[in-house]
Amino acid sequence: MAIREINHGDFEEVVLKSDKPVLVDFNATWCGPCRMLKPALEQVAQERPDVVVVGIDIDENSDLAEEYDVFSIPCLVLFKDGMEADRSVGLIPKEQVLSLLD
Amino acid sequence: MYDVIIVGAGPAGLTAAIYARRASKTVLVLEAKAWGGQIINTPDIENYPVVAHISGADFANELYNQALALGAEVKLEKVIGVEDLGKIKKVRSTLAEYEAGAVILATGSENRKLGLDREQELTGRGVSYCATCDGNFFRNKDVAVVGGGNTALEDALYLADLANKVYLIHRRDAFRGEETTVDRLRQRENVEIIYNATVTALLGEKRLSGIEVTDKITGGKRSIELKGLFVAVGRIPENESFSALIDLDQAGYAVAGENCRTKVPGVFVAGDNRTKEVRQLVTAAADGAVAATEAVKFLNA
Repeated sequence: MAIREINHGDFEEVVLKSDKPVLVDFNATWCGPCRMLKPALEQVAQERPDVVVVGIDIDENSDLAEEYDVFSIPCLVLFKDGMEADRSVGLIPKEQVLSLLD
Repeated sequence: MYDVIIVGAGPAGLTAAIYARRASKTVLVLEAKAWGGQIINTPDIENYPVVAHISGADFANELYNQALALGAEVKLEKVIGVEDLGKIKKVRSTLAEYEAGAVILATGSENRKLGLDREQELTGRGVSYCATCDGNFFRNKDVAVVGGGNTALEDALYLADLANKVYLIHRRDAFRGEETTVDRLRQRENVEIIYNATVTALLGEKRLSGIEVTDKITGGKRSIELKGLFVAVGRIPENESFSALIDLDQAGYAVAGENCRTKVPGVFVAGDNRTKEVRQLVTAAADGAVAATEAVKFLNA
């Protein structure tokens, strides 16, 4: 299952107003580690229907990257009730992505 | 029980998997993070024979698929120890325990940290280990590069095109890196080289706002306001889990000659974590071929 890509237009609706926790993957097309992280995120999305997993391209949404202090990618930020609950920077294995959620 | 267990799915490990599979051996590759190793950070590879241009991520995926198609098994588990029981080698991961007739250690290396307070916390919030990955975030801002080797010099040059100002901080009075790159840096008006100095503190609350730099000769300290700090102080071979099994040199590299044999029969080492002169993509792949061939020879003996 491919990860849904969102942008500044639907960020508030999809992330901030979500009933479920949302894991946001800040990435870019030119970022190799971001591409290598994708398969793990797809598996996590499948295994954890209680969490919404979305991607944000930082080149097209530099305003969001700036607002959330994203200065290295890949960067995973977990939102709960519209607030940042946790984050992880860099390529991490699937187990570490899962532990970010708990 | 596998014929060969390979620790690490970078270019060395996956090439070893291809060679061992083509010799009809059963192969398990154990990888802690993601296949590809550090090459995935390279946006464009231009020095691999035949392939004029390929991204590091594409290279990693192609190599991975090639190894899988030949019948190698790859599991994403971190290896925490290898034990030599003579004919059998026990390989322990964070999740399970495996046995093999031969083991190839192809774990590569990781970025050396500065070892400063809050370095981990500020990583991704101003502290970075990859200029080509993160440089874009610092367009028209002030940044610093720490280090004195080729990576540090090239990072500084790359950032000089993007950033407002680049400080290059080096603990010695001369660079180890190539003289031509040093000359090109000296010609840049927005690059300031600070010799005989080390970064001694990271400043800033939620994100990096500056660094404290200490002059090694006078002991004098100064603060520099900046948004980004790029750390390029070398790499550390990932051999610590094997220090009881094989010989490591002073820098932590696994001692083995060009035949990739360690002192333990049936345990081989391939790629950047081995003692050698040239650490490149093509020499990692070459090591994989040599180590697998030696492992097959060992198993068939």
